[in-house]
Amino acid sequence: MRTAVIVFPASNCDRDAAVALEKITGQKPHMVWHRDTSLPANIDFVVLPGGFSYGDYLRSGAIAARSPIVKDIVAKATKGLPVAGFCNGFQVLTETGLLPGALMRNKGLKFVCRPETLKIVNSKSRFTKRYGDKKEVVFPVAHHDGNYFADEATLNMLEKDGRVIFKYADNPNGSARDIAGICNKAGNVFGMMPHPERAIDPLHGGTDGIELFKSILGAI
Amino acid sequence: MKAIIKVGLKPGVLDPQGRAIARGLNDLGYYSVNDARQGKIIELDLSSEDKVEAKKQVEEMCEKLLANTVIESYDIRIED
Repeated sequence: MRTAVIVFPASNCDRDAAVALEKITGQKPHMVWHRDTSLPANIDFVVLPGGFSYGDYLRSGAIAARSPIVKDIVAKATKGLPVAGFCNGFQVLTETGLLPGALMRNKGLKFVCRPETLKIVNSKSRFTKRYGDKKEVVFPVAHHDGNYFADEATLNMLEKDGRVIFKYADNPNGSARDIAGICNKAGNVFGMMPHPERAIDPLHGGTDGIELFKSILGAI
Repeated sequence: MKAIIKVGLKPGVLDPQGRAIARGLNDLGYYSVNDARQGKIIELDLSSEDKVEAKKQVEEMCEKLLANTVIESYDIRIED
């Protein structure tokens, strides 16, 4: 199993993601620098980590989405490569257009940093199938721009097609229809604002994230 | 040649920062302020010679990077 974590200037969850991937796969992921023009050969799964890539300049995730490595990721994701973006990684994925919508400033204007209960809306997706009958998980959130926005037609389409994977039980940021995580039409690209990679060890306060990584990696 | 680009949230998209600004102005006693919208201005220094061509290029830049057209609209002014 060959995995990769992309490292942007001011990524700050890249090592959390690396620890999570190593814990599940038993192999260290490739840490890939944002100026690289292509992923290492035969990568099975890519994580775009949380953080504040490029200092959140212009818009959160905007500059990262145009970086050389992300161009290669977009090309490969379009052909089916599994990619997940957590927090800033989700913002990057919406900025590339791989996922619809945008993440705006939190409705309450405050940076929200706390454990958040999420409802598993689609437990059949490749990202959640290992949760079985579990209805809720607790992942930490830590963001200022997590307010998910899309037009009504897009929101209806996402819900109808089972592409809303997680919803907040208690919406912390004003996201439309309480949406916390979505996937693309083909089901290989997934983004969420909360941090499953920070919920994989009892010392994190919970281990609900483990099954998410097992779901994704088991599906490859 | 200069391009001055105004980027802001589209009408209808909730602007929590704008709303906070309006509330702040109300708190200062400016009760005539009903609402505020906040955006940004980007100035580009261009080496282009042709205004029409420059505007076309800046439009492309807005679509590709400077604005997120899911939530934002933009307005371009080209100056000598």
